[in-house]
Amino acid sequence: MSIRERLSGNEAAAIAMKQINPDVVAAFPITPSTEIPQYFSTFVSNGVVDTEFVAVESEHSAMSACVGAEAAGSRAMTATSANGLSYMWEMIYIASSMRLPIVMSLVNRAVSGPINIHNDHSDAMGVRDAGWVMLFSENNQEAYDNLVMAHRIAENEKVLLPLMVCQDGFITSHSIENIELIEDDKVKEFVGKYNPKHYLLNDKEKIAMGPLDLQPYLFEHKRQQAQAMANAKDVILEVSKDFEKMTGRKYGLFEEYKLEDAEIAIVCMNSTAGTTKYVVDELRNKGIKAGLLKIRVFRPFPAKEIAEALSGLKAIAVLDKSDSLNAVGGPLFTDVTSAMYVNKVIVPTVNYIYGIGGRDTKADDIEKVYMDLQKIAETGNVDNPYRYMGLRG
Amino acid sequence: MAYNVKEIMANKPSRLTAGHRMCAGCGAPPVARMVLRALKEEDNAVVACATGCMEVSTFIYPYTAWTDSFIHTAFENAAATLSGVEAAYKSLKRQGKLSNDGHTKFLAFGGDGGTYDIGIQSLSGAMERGHDMVYVCYDNGAYMNTGIQRSSATPRFADTTTSPAGSVIPGKMQSRKDLAKVMVAHHLPYVAQSIGVNNFKDLYEKSEKAIYTEGPAFLNVLAPCPRGWGYPTDMLMQINKLAVDTCYWPLYEVIDGKYTINYKPAKKLPIEEFLRPQKRFKHMFKPGNEWMIEAFQKEVDDRWQELLDLEEITNK
Repeated sequence: MSIRERLSGNEAAAIAMKQINPDVVAAFPITPSTEIPQYFSTFVSNGVVDTEFVAVESEHSAMSACVGAEAAGSRAMTATSANGLSYMWEMIYIASSMRLPIVMSLVNRAVSGPINIHNDHSDAMGVRDAGWVMLFSENNQEAYDNLVMAHRIAENEKVLLPLMVCQDGFITSHSIENIELIEDDKVKEFVGKYNPKHYLLNDKEKIAMGPLDLQPYLFEHKRQQAQAMANAKDVILEVSKDFEKMTGRKYGLFEEYKLEDAEIAIVCMNSTAGTTKYVVDELRNKGIKAGLLKIRVFRPFPAKEIAEALSGLKAIAVLDKSDSLNAVGGPLFTDVTSAMYVNKVIVPTVNYIYGIGGRDTKADDIEKVYMDLQKIAETGNVDNPYRYMGLRG
Repeated sequence: MAYNVKEIMANKPSRLTAGHRMCAGCGAPPVARMVLRALKEEDNAVVACATGCMEVSTFIYPYTAWTDSFIHTAFENAAATLSGVEAAYKSLKRQGKLSNDGHTKFLAFGGDGGTYDIGIQSLSGAMERGHDMVYVCYDNGAYMNTGIQRSSATPRFADTTTSPAGSVIPGKMQSRKDLAKVMVAHHLPYVAQSIGVNNFKDLYEKSEKAIYTEGPAFLNVLAPCPRGWGYPTDMLMQINKLAVDTCYWPLYEVIDGKYTINYKPAKKLPIEEFLRPQKRFKHMFKPGNEWMIEAFQKEVDDRWQELLDLEEITNK
């Protein structure tokens, strides 16, 4: 029997980590993810986990220590937000290139500057091409479930890439909601033992990691990384299927909410999907055929599947909680529209930058987007695809 | 324990093998070889290296000169990376997840750029956390790998590519950071300053103490660079000797806060002897620049006296 609880998103992440019982956790405090290492160090102090907790002096060292620990042959985890992730940036790329399945809980927050502690996705978007598998979570339940699935995905020998589970800072990290936890022994069995093939502490096989990799080899090594990311898609689906067998909770690459017969739809990630579902229900009551596509797997980007799911629509709005400052549109918009174009799906599509620096996203704002989509669906015209939602005039 | 350092050098296989691509006359490879020789043959080691001359010359894919497990990740974080390896070892060993019960030692190597400058935060953090590791700085006094730029280890007045001896500013105008003392301030069980060539016994014994003292240890080892210092490659031994005999680079160790100077030259040589063979100090010998040699000598004298005082005070 699963365990019914009421937990914040950070508590849920910490409990997932406790059940995973990693060998090493290296972390540094930063709002709003600080609670995760706080809760976790309590588990360490009380002896409920076997983990060596390394209270590093910076996020750069947190990721460096995770790289060292994972390379040594242990399971390593961390948590961070915003500038913490920016400070790790160099090591984020190195972790992936060394093919180390480190798992991170990323509690999304606006990257400075100016400094702001609230939620948007500018931190995650800064590492979207770094070679990490990136899973997004609507609520505490998904943040927990994604973490439980994380190691099985990252450690699969076809993948061997680091993985981050994202959730929205404060909105879900600090909100207490109902959650269904899985029993400790079931999580332990599901996650399984870590058996790395090559590792530094194997006295039977000495290895050297992190070479100077010049013109004759680096290109092929990067190609292998690209292949690993492509392979991750099927592995994510396999692991999600096993997870569904254990819990009954179904996860795909993305969630389609009333999308099948929809005429207009929003594409978004994380907690905004919850608000959008509420608006979709309201509009459906009024007979408006609104739908939602909520991205769960952002890296690898399921381009073909998304294009297919959006192919029957009359108008689409992609919501980006991060601006790209490229005079074109946000990162999710760019990915979705290029996925559609390459797969010959031509539907009028607009982009809304929203929620920057924790600007509240209200049901009314989402409803206005659907009203705009209705107009676009009628006329087929998009006068300005790069728009803002919730911005003061 | 009675031993013969010559026999050890002759009979104990080098754990950093030949075939690496460090320059002729470079002081760094003998440092790595001697430090690794201090490991008991039956002990395993994991070596971490900061980006720098030593790393890019010893591990060019698909070849490595290291016979122990080795990891390089970036420039500033050899200590942090190795602290992760050491934490994993502790964790796996405690949980009985390692296949054997032998001992594994953890050694980091970084140049002065990767240690005094960009790596000092990572080093300070790892030392403060008390990881059981030895951090070895091979100090050649500038960013040699990128082409001789000044670091905080560069001696005053040295001509480097970012502190060039010009007509207005005659080289680096700031004094060298004293990193060994910064490490002493971390209250480590073992801190030492040594040289890689000339006095092999000194480095061997200090390495052994550092490796087999539980907890974090720091070795600062002078590693002359023929390109950056501008001495003939066959002068490596002599340059090291002059650094020590002028008291520019004193050999000392600090065990639990107590200073011991391991070598006090019977006749302290004037600093010119050390400066003259090096092109980086050439401008100091031009007429009218005598003040620079005087100022350099004063700094060496002051620091030597401070060390003598520290030895006396901490052994009272």
